[in-house]
Amino acid sequence: MVTKRIIPCLDIKDGRVVKGVNFLNLQDVSNPVKLAEYYSNAGADELVFYDITASFEGRKLFVDILTEVASKIFIPLTVGGGINQLEDFERVLACGADKVSVNSGAIKHPDLIEQAAKRYGNQCVVLSVDAKRVDGAFHVFLNGGRVDTGMDALEWIRQGVERGAGEVVVNSIDTDGVKQGFDIELLQKVCELVKVPVIASGGAGNADHFTQLFQQVPKISAGLAASIFHFGELSIADLKQQLAENKIEVRI
Amino acid sequence: MIAIVDYGVGNLFSLKSSLQAIGCEAQVTGDPQQLEQASHIILPGVGAFGDAIKKLRQSGLDKVMLQQAQQGKPILGICLGMQLLFERSYEYGEHEGLGLIQGQICPIRQVVDEQLVIPHMGWNGLIFPKDRPRSPIFATLSEGDCVYFVHSYAGFCCDAQTTARTEYGALLTAAVQNKNVYGTQFHPEKSGVVGLKILKGFCELEGNR
Repeated sequence: MVTKRIIPCLDIKDGRVVKGVNFLNLQDVSNPVKLAEYYSNAGADELVFYDITASFEGRKLFVDILTEVASKIFIPLTVGGGINQLEDFERVLACGADKVSVNSGAIKHPDLIEQAAKRYGNQCVVLSVDAKRVDGAFHVFLNGGRVDTGMDALEWIRQGVERGAGEVVVNSIDTDGVKQGFDIELLQKVCELVKVPVIASGGAGNADHFTQLFQQVPKISAGLAASIFHFGELSIADLKQQLAENKIEVRI
Repeated sequence: MIAIVDYGVGNLFSLKSSLQAIGCEAQVTGDPQQLEQASHIILPGVGAFGDAIKKLRQSGLDKVMLQQAQQGKPILGICLGMQLLFERSYEYGEHEGLGLIQGQICPIRQVVDEQLVIPHMGWNGLIFPKDRPRSPIFATLSEGDCVYFVHSYAGFCCDAQTTARTEYGALLTAAVQNKNVYGTQFHPEKSGVVGLKILKGFCELEGNR
């Protein structure tokens, strides 16, 4: 059976890896190429790179980093951040990315999902959604959780998959950075709703949280995290060992 | 020299880089002469079967591939590249393939349970058939080694030429071989150390130069 994937996520700004607590207050962590190599050797199943740079220079630097990573590391790479048009897909795919994650760009132009899926295949288009509870419903948020779009997150995910997204990353803003576990309620709802792989993001604080995730939401395909891996609080090898002991299939 | 066939389908950056990483000189090319001169040929591909086979035929490279296969040159099809080696595909209509591998390409949903998501995406273990010798490109692998899959279609009716399977609610064709023609449904260039071993195994096959 296909194994559950463990995915470290690297937020890149001006050529460096950063990770914010609740997205704000960014901290510098490490060199992206070195960190990517380290994770690949440590057993990461996939890597996600988010370009959170706003400047032209930063974007150029990101492309250089991505090219270097893709020429040294032979596991799947997903790239997100600043993907607003088909040209942006082209730009990162040419550097060796395998999948491209769209977030605000797809909210502004939902057609982008269809166009990209048609040109590069569904498997290439990842819909990334930042969701947060508002008055008993889940809303889609923008700008790292600062702006409420008012859109219903579940409805948006359903539409995104219908339009051709081949995978969904669900990031819970309520649990992100708090390290108290993944947002099981939200993830269960998404997994019931769509028939494409769903990746859980936001809230991992220890290995037990991953075990709970895969046990309580058996349909979830992968768990994504950043800071607990970056700061060495949890090694991927130890995590996979614990998952295997709990009868969760992982690649070791 | 290993030739990676460029016919306008898919991203060849990782494949070229992975061959470089194992010390193999590789060239991305759509030039028939270079394919003829190459010691080995890799046929990559992502996307839809119909478009891909059309592009291959338009470029005339389908004939070159058939001719090179006939001459005994080691050929490796990866993912959609493997599917193109089959006799036909039923992805959005019916399309004729190169016919180098017996069988057809069909949606995996016809055998995979509704409860499982499609595409079959992620790392899954290889199961080698017990009733035949191990395919040389898998010589250095262990049973159950994981490789990276991304697909919604797979090879069917190809049991005699199947060299590896994987389990996803049903046994799916993971790799095929017909003499000097090899195919993997998974992506060796994205399968970490195990994938590099497979590519090395292929590049070390004796090819005519």
